[in-house]
Amino acid sequence: MANTSVMTFNILSILPILILAGFGMIVLVTDIVSSRKFGDKNYLAYISLLGIIIAGIFSRNSVGTTLFSFSESFAIDNYSLFFNFIFLLSTGLTVLISHSYIKREEINHGEYYALLLFATIGMMLMASGADLLNIYIGLEVMSISIYILTGFKRSKLTSNEASLKYFLLGAFATGFLLYGISIIYGTTGTISLKQIACFIEGKGGALDPLLLMGMGLIIIGLGFKVASVPFHAWVPDVYEGAPTSITAFMSVGPKAAGFAAFLRIFMTAFGSTHYEWQKIIYVLAVLTMTIGNVVAIAQTNIKRMLAYSSIAHAGYLLIALVAANNMGVSGTLFYILAYIFMNIGAFAIVIVLSQKGDEFIQINDYAGLGYKRPLLAIAMTLFMLSMAGIPPMAGFVGKFYIFSAAMKSGYVGLAVIGVINSVISVYYYLRITVIMYMKEPTRDFSPLTISPLIVAAIVISVVGTLQLGIFPSKVMEIVQHSILTLK
Amino acid sequence: MSLPILSLITFLPIIGVIFILSIDSKKQELVRITSLLVSIVVFFISLPLYFNFDARAYEMQFVEKLPWIPSFGINYYVGIDGVSLFLILLTTFITPLSILASWHITKSIKEYMIAMLVLETGMIGVFISLDLFLFYVFWELMLIPMYLLIGIWGGPRRIYAAVKFFIYTMAGSVFMLLAIIALYFLNYRTTGEYTFNLLEFYRLDLSFAVQFWLFLAFALAFAIKVPMFPFHTWLPDAHVEAPTAGSVILAGVLLKMGTYGFVRFCLPLFPEASHAFIPVISWMAIVGIIYGALVSMVQDDLKKLVAYSSVSHLGFVMLGIFAFNIQGIEGGITQMINHGLSTGALFLIVGMLYERRHTRMIADFGGLTKQIPVFATFFMIVTLSSIGLPGLNGFVGEFLILVGVFKSRMLYASLATSGIILAAVYMLWMFQRVMFHGITHEENKTLKDMNKREWAILLPIVAMIFWIGIYPNSFLRKMDASVNHLLKQVGDKANIVSNVRVQSKPEQLQENATPKIDIVPENKTEW
Repeated sequence: MANTSVMTFNILSILPILILAGFGMIVLVTDIVSSRKFGDKNYLAYISLLGIIIAGIFSRNSVGTTLFSFSESFAIDNYSLFFNFIFLLSTGLTVLISHSYIKREEINHGEYYALLLFATIGMMLMASGADLLNIYIGLEVMSISIYILTGFKRSKLTSNEASLKYFLLGAFATGFLLYGISIIYGTTGTISLKQIACFIEGKGGALDPLLLMGMGLIIIGLGFKVASVPFHAWVPDVYEGAPTSITAFMSVGPKAAGFAAFLRIFMTAFGSTHYEWQKIIYVLAVLTMTIGNVVAIAQTNIKRMLAYSSIAHAGYLLIALVAANNMGVSGTLFYILAYIFMNIGAFAIVIVLSQKGDEFIQINDYAGLGYKRPLLAIAMTLFMLSMAGIPPMAGFVGKFYIFSAAMKSGYVGLAVIGVINSVISVYYYLRITVIMYMKEPTRDFSPLTISPLIVAAIVISVVGTLQLGIFPSKVMEIVQHSILTLK
Repeated sequence: MSLPILSLITFLPIIGVIFILSIDSKKQELVRITSLLVSIVVFFISLPLYFNFDARAYEMQFVEKLPWIPSFGINYYVGIDGVSLFLILLTTFITPLSILASWHITKSIKEYMIAMLVLETGMIGVFISLDLFLFYVFWELMLIPMYLLIGIWGGPRRIYAAVKFFIYTMAGSVFMLLAIIALYFLNYRTTGEYTFNLLEFYRLDLSFAVQFWLFLAFALAFAIKVPMFPFHTWLPDAHVEAPTAGSVILAGVLLKMGTYGFVRFCLPLFPEASHAFIPVISWMAIVGIIYGALVSMVQDDLKKLVAYSSVSHLGFVMLGIFAFNIQGIEGGITQMINHGLSTGALFLIVGMLYERRHTRMIADFGGLTKQIPVFATFFMIVTLSSIGLPGLNGFVGEFLILVGVFKSRMLYASLATSGIILAAVYMLWMFQRVMFHGITHEENKTLKDMNKREWAILLPIVAMIFWIGIYPNSFLRKMDASVNHLLKQVGDKANIVSNVRVQSKPEQLQENATPKIDIVPENKTEW
């Protein structure tokens, strides 16, 4: 079992976070010191990547240990380490796709990379938080960095609008979360997840209405972060207005972090009362999937379409939460990993194909891509089919995993709604391939600037999408080991 | 069996794809020849399956089993029996011919050939999978290349047809996925083992209610694929818009996956439910037979006519399978092969006419016999085979089916027979309008007769048409053991229900069947 000596203050446990923080500072300082000397700021991207890789190596070294430090408020276990990798991967890919984009959009400031790294720190804190306050702090660190990043295109009105919208709504949501935490603290006298679980068990599983209310408020706060309906209203505008690279990041990183916290809180603290919250999450899952998918059909802007699709994917992930069994939790981990590859891959291609000032991001701008740029079109097709859940792509295995989990817990109806939704989603994902391959080109694809970094991101995403789809067993074993410490 | 033949024929096309990818897309001829060679090699490798197949054994043969996703109990588990043997051979036989029939295609030929070869992998994979997860992967995998074939190289309404095809099929199959997952957990509850092994699932003793729902989920996927009336509406669109080779493969192999699915999965997995569904499926089949024939009759587009005739023909296959006796099922399987050959050939012939005249309207032809006698001869043979003239393949299948159905349900058989008469009407009438009478259009006077490539395409098919028609035993005897075993599986498990049938009228079957489950020992399979 876990090492639970009370006064542990193990600096090593937060080493990856410290490394990222350090590299974030280095990026900031180097930017200021040397910006006059070197015109392009290529090296900032490389410094950030280096930091991510080093943090990854240190996370790798801790695999297998279970450690609670800082008075048991911070957990290092396979679960949080797996999420560390997920966050580092999504940030790493985001850096790769950002590099040429922010130069093109003339927002190539050093703070960009630093904020990305700080957001990652926040996400890692969320996944490692063993008490509610730590999770809250992580969430705030992450959110504030992303509020700024959303508005990073200072000169563009839509970007400002997106940032402000996200900030205002996000502030409300975190308010709800904090309120929920304080209510739970008021009822149970503790913020530690484990002790909350003990408290509930001590009451024989009977729930105080106040505790229930706290739980509901936490669902609202985290539901906002993972973009679940009805807390999704911000998503389309924010995704559309934000710089595309940040949209890509937002659709994977914070979502993953939100689910990391969701699972940690609900499986560890409220695990014994799952019948109470399953009903709520059930409804949320159905609404999220259905509304996300149905509204996505009507979109003509690819960023908005991907925004609604990301809402739909949050719905699928909520199915796994409803299932509340080991298969569901490990399925969530698997699905998030698969989703990172296919979603960042898709956004990478959106970035490659768009022009300065976010020109050419209408779906119809992709007409004829299959003939003009066959490789990009094939990659995009793979990502779309994967998101639609068609074998042999990662998305299929992910959905299979999650629907299996739902069936295992007897939620046949939910699984049926889930598969109906994936059929609906096929329509709009397929439309991208229809337009790429079956329509005549309307624009010239020749002046594309494709940097080696973004090519690397696309290649990694393609390989990941296929690898998880065709040979998923290795990753499945990892995710199954990663969740053992959760309960 | 040292050589993994099944894996070879499944994945050789993929290796071919890698080859083709490395060819410069300007060298179109090289692309064509490479893909043709690959598909021919696949065909020859698949031949030992027939010769080394042990006709006395009902067990799966040429079995290969490798762990794939161990944590879910998923294996790469393949093998064939007398049911799948001929469908695999049909696939490897039809694919090179379809590639040969695509010689005139110039638009992105490389991508076209890649789609064809991936399609072949998917099709063979479906027929050899004995692991349900693997089966589902192949089942969906083959949607993508077919969708692209229709959507990129198809006719004017190709996008509509392609999307409709994809979504229709997908909508059916996702429920099957859930049913597969349900079987997985049901099996776990009984045996304590996580597996997707089909042969393990055969041993499950499911209660009627469970069988009922799972049967429905599987049957929906297969009925859409077959397609059975009223799920057939995607078929005419897909067929008409698809390029010739797409239609050939669609009619020749893809539709067979539906009927194969019934034989391989629905019947042995859910025998009691299958018995209970006999009236429903049979009536759907009969309506399909007559409806398909009537609609064919009024078509003025040759391709549409052939497409609707498929609905009619596959109605026969379904009726035969649900006769639940050896004649019916063997007839059904034979008719699957026959339909693949004759309808495939009909689509090829329509394609050849289209290449010459760029129209498929019956009214644009007439009196072609004088201009292109050799072509007319081939067309005649294929037409007669499709009608079911004794001595040609179609007769064997239809005759066996009707014998089987007569034995179990006289009424169904008599209704179905009308379909044969109607088939003669629409096919012969069509042939008459296209081939006989005087030439009414000037353009038809300059038509050229068959070239070497077209000979090479049609001759093998016609040879097969005669072979099956004259000596069907070389095919039937390889099926006997497997079909007998299938009947035993279906009979054994559903004994109770079939006893009921003897005593009571068929209409009462369903209500009588329900209380019967009490006799089935109440065990943990109830879900």
